[in-house]
Amino acid sequence: MTPAIELSDVRKSFGATPIIRGVSLAIEAGTRQALIGPNGAGKSTLFNLITGKYPVTSGRIRVKGAAVTDLAPYEINRRGLARSFQVTNIFTRMSVFENIRCAVLWSAGYRYSFWHRISAARAVNARAETVLEQLNLTARRDVPAGVLSYAEQRALEIGITIAGGADVILLDEPTAGMSRSETEHVVGLIRQITAGKTLLMVEHDMSVVFDLADRIAVLVYGEVIAHDTPERIRANAAVQEAYLGVPQGVA
Amino acid sequence: MSTPVATRPFAVAGVARAARVRRYGLWLAAAVVLLLLPQSVRTGTAIAVMNQMGIAVIFALSFNMLLGQGGMLSFGHAVYFGLGGFIAAHVLNMAGRGAIYLPVPLLPLVGGLGGLAFAALFGSFSTRRAGTVFSMISLGVAELMAASSLIFDKFFGGEEGITTNRSKAPLLLGLEFTRDRQVYYLIAFWLFVATLAMYAFSRTPVGRMANAVRDNPERAEFVGYSQHRVRFVSFCAAGFFAGIAGGLFAVNYEILTAENMGLNASGAVLLMAYIGGIGAFVGPILGAVVFTFLQSMLSDYTGMWLLYLGILFLATVLFVPMGLAGLLMLHAPVWRARRVGRLLGPYVLTGALGFVAAVGIIGLLEMVHFVAAGRTGTRRLFWLVVAPRTLMPWLGFAALVVAGAVGVRWTGPRAVAAFAEASRPGRP
Repeated sequence: MTPAIELSDVRKSFGATPIIRGVSLAIEAGTRQALIGPNGAGKSTLFNLITGKYPVTSGRIRVKGAAVTDLAPYEINRRGLARSFQVTNIFTRMSVFENIRCAVLWSAGYRYSFWHRISAARAVNARAETVLEQLNLTARRDVPAGVLSYAEQRALEIGITIAGGADVILLDEPTAGMSRSETEHVVGLIRQITAGKTLLMVEHDMSVVFDLADRIAVLVYGEVIAHDTPERIRANAAVQEAYLGVPQGVA
Repeated sequence: MSTPVATRPFAVAGVARAARVRRYGLWLAAAVVLLLLPQSVRTGTAIAVMNQMGIAVIFALSFNMLLGQGGMLSFGHAVYFGLGGFIAAHVLNMAGRGAIYLPVPLLPLVGGLGGLAFAALFGSFSTRRAGTVFSMISLGVAELMAASSLIFDKFFGGEEGITTNRSKAPLLLGLEFTRDRQVYYLIAFWLFVATLAMYAFSRTPVGRMANAVRDNPERAEFVGYSQHRVRFVSFCAAGFFAGIAGGLFAVNYEILTAENMGLNASGAVLLMAYIGGIGAFVGPILGAVVFTFLQSMLSDYTGMWLLYLGILFLATVLFVPMGLAGLLMLHAPVWRARRVGRLLGPYVLTGALGFVAAVGIIGLLEMVHFVAAGRTGTRRLFWLVVAPRTLMPWLGFAALVVAGAVGVRWTGPRAVAAFAEASRPGRP
């Protein structure tokens, strides 16, 4: 089966500094996987390479079998890959509903249309309402996104990512800065919205990682040192050393 | 994804229907006002001012498609107004010679297509980037056109510009445009159609994405939209409607000069939109009406009207960045809660004191103007005859400024507090 995401010897340098130093990784379609690693390992950079935000220095990236290496973010998104951001990245002056609706438009085929009334786009509006319900944000429907609470903005961040119906989803630290109960809610949400889809997420909360992930990739100094099931990653000596400096149990 | 499609309750649907009726009612009312307006005025001057206003409103709305809706600050939007106008003027002359068949009512469309064509040309590269880069390119294009107007003097007519004659074009349905009043109805028709179209544009998929790209261009790219393409579409639409305004200008004034597409004209439309408020659709309409009104009124009384408009702009940017429309919308909750009465006292008091300060400032400025122009003797200022080369009027107006300013400083915070109190939701 074609992997949802396939990296072949991907390298990225900023100036003379190599950040990603030859990553080859295949994410099987239909699995939930986590990308973990110490701070500065290059996790977000790897996301930015996969989603087209940064160009690679060398190497090849395929999404669902199609080469996307030098494509723009919007072209990669149109192939069914969507991402969220570590720092909340929403349309602050637009209403919560408008935020979600904008994320639905392209996938619903409206492109750059100025000949459709958006209020008459029933499927788009219905889809946006459905996503709002999933996020528990229906009560905040008409509020400008910029005035939402932090946790609500994080939920909206995920909502914008999944609203277009992409089947390959990249989440960058979806639970960062959240309380225990908020984290539990988001984990439930992620489980629900990624059912039957491919998920790759960067996450620091190990309980979330071991709760959700079928497989875990460990990135250290720009290299994948392990890519395996949670049990084997837990037992992996190299991973323990990278995380704690001493051979101990992870988390 | 098995959650059922959200159907909104009937009560909500009823509210939506009421809102729709209100909205259509508003458009209908606007059309009736536009039709009846000329009946309410007797003088030709008033008609001329209204014609000017109608053109300015279309132009300012088109400008706000860029700034308010798309986040693009253009310093050269008059380029598309002017080019649309020049093209319309040349086409009108050709129609007058009988070279082509084109009646006057369709001429604004020619201007619009001209504006669209040049917006597509210049927009193809200027919309690649947002922010400062976009603004600088718009300034560059404006300079480019200023230079071109000297180089291509056959097309732009050099210093005299291009004159035309609307009465020589073929008639459509026997409609003549010999008097200003007849031109008024033509402008009113295009004003209504263009405003409706621009409003509709803001409620289309690409119109919404223009807002999204304004707020967060990066994220827009990650939901499938090229920020460049979204800005380009908005830019072309803005150029089209600016061209329609330019075409109406050609019909109304029967002359176009390079000034009409110069930096002053581009600056004026920025002022209009900003004074009215770029955050609301009606903002530029208010701004264009107020600006044009002040421009035509003030220029009768003082040679310094541009200075006053500049001060008005500065005051807006400093104190009311949301503009007139934003200020009005801020009061919507107070209005709904029927608490406007409570604001009347504090507002009138602060307003009166502000007026006193304004009178003082205007008095001082007018006297400076008088003295700087090397004039002697007396002149009328407001209700007084003053001698600017004596000390007393200076002291008097300075006293007004000080008294007014101190008063506003004193009462202003109370007016703001009264507003905060009145706009608090629920029972006080």
